[in-house]
Amino acid sequence: MPEETIAPFHGFGLGLRIPHFQNYLTESVPVDFVEIISENFMVAGGRPLHVLDEVRERWPVAMHGVSMSIGSADGVRSDYLERLKALADRVRPLWVSDHLSWSRVGEVNSHDLLPLPFTEEALDTVCANIEHVQNVLERPLVLENPSTYLTFADDQMTEWAFLAEMTKRTGCYLLLDVNNIYVSGTNNGFDPYDYLAGVPAERVRQIHLAGHSQGRGRLIDTHDEPVPDPVWDLFARIYPGLGPVAAMIERDDNIPPLQDLLDELDIARRIAGDVTAAAA
Amino acid sequence: MRLLDLQRDFLDFLVDAPSDIAVGGDDGIGLAVYHNAYSAQLVECLKDSYERLWAWLGDEAFETAARRHIAGHPPHSWTLADYGVDFSATVADLYPDDPEVAEIAALDWALRRAFDGPDAPAFDPQQLGAVDWDEAVIAFVPTLTLLSVKTNCALIWNAIAAEEEVPAAEMLPEPGWVRVWRVGLQPHFASIETTEMGAIQLASSGMSFARLCDRLSEEIGIEIAVDAASRYLASWVQDQMIAEIR
Repeated sequence: MPEETIAPFHGFGLGLRIPHFQNYLTESVPVDFVEIISENFMVAGGRPLHVLDEVRERWPVAMHGVSMSIGSADGVRSDYLERLKALADRVRPLWVSDHLSWSRVGEVNSHDLLPLPFTEEALDTVCANIEHVQNVLERPLVLENPSTYLTFADDQMTEWAFLAEMTKRTGCYLLLDVNNIYVSGTNNGFDPYDYLAGVPAERVRQIHLAGHSQGRGRLIDTHDEPVPDPVWDLFARIYPGLGPVAAMIERDDNIPPLQDLLDELDIARRIAGDVTAAAA
Repeated sequence: MRLLDLQRDFLDFLVDAPSDIAVGGDDGIGLAVYHNAYSAQLVECLKDSYERLWAWLGDEAFETAARRHIAGHPPHSWTLADYGVDFSATVADLYPDDPEVAEIAALDWALRRAFDGPDAPAFDPQQLGAVDWDEAVIAFVPTLTLLSVKTNCALIWNAIAAEEEVPAAEMLPEPGWVRVWRVGLQPHFASIETTEMGAIQLASSGMSFARLCDRLSEEIGIEIAVDAASRYLASWVQDQMIAEIR
């Protein structure tokens, strides 16, 4: 693995979404970086790659995937990794991220971010898969904490202990989704502030900020609402303890005009500025 | 429970088997969230890929068809974009007396595939004069697909897309074909006659254009063939269907 580390990047960004393609092609959008959903651009050609090439000329790009299935007990699919590597070679991204979850074993792929049991066996599996992916991609991997809606009876450690050990063993980095911490904490009965205290802050390279919805008996990570106050509060708590990070609003559904997201991103900038000044 | 066994059981549960997964708390709500999300996401995926079919069938009928498809077709590909490749067969089974349904589905899918299919610059018409037509072989753009049709599905699709009055489904006087391809970044389609479909297939097989004209002459007579071949060539060049003439 030629690249052993990921240089920190400080800035505020947004996800590149289809309704905003034209804005990015024709306007001076005030973001420091853009995040793409990798799979949307792991295609042969056409408009998606055309837009991506144009965007890449103007902004640093972070690649964020949803299909790696890093927790699969039978490993990560080689056909997926080959395509991901090809896209990373084309984009030369800030980094390549995916989720601490699994989607498939064998031939069936749920295309959902399914929860892992926090066991020693799962930790061994995830770490072995990360080592393999990092070797293929020739770069460290960044992994995001997902929203979860259950825990397993066999769990042997907390999610944050799992993340800490995972980064220690593999040298991977973290994308901390603050909304997911809040959603999982509410659903599974842990204190989000314990989570923040247990995460290895020096490994965090990116922050996701998003909204959620109230489902029957669970908060659902829908990414279809503005960032709510409890998530902003968590962001304000963790931000001063981090090194330089790339923070962004993640909106995947009920997507508003770009200006609305830029206004929301300004809230992140303001909070980050305020809490950094207060900590100085 | 071993991780591999847990993951197999979890996927079986999502696809629709009873669960004996040992979850914390055991209120069943968490598992239900994942179960609902699995099928809901696949329904949304099919709606996205089959937008005009969705409009033609309406919400309720489309959702019924989608859920029938999902029950028998768990996803296998690494990419969700591949899901629904065989949805037209499912709706063909569901609507045996309405052949336009499966044809609209096939057209939706072909256009979706053309949207992000391989790039290829179109042949420059100014180079036509330099072509040695005794030896020339035509290579079409890689997004070109041919669909066999019996109904006015193309008219229906266009009317839905343009938000115009949608015609009733009708059988064509004779079975025909639709060619689908991409011009620049924009997918296109056009209805064509069976003779043109045959010419495209011959050209795609690597046959020279001169030999293709001979074959057309044998089939439909030299006078008609000469006229047809020149019309086809002109439209293929104008429609930017040709990537290369070598």
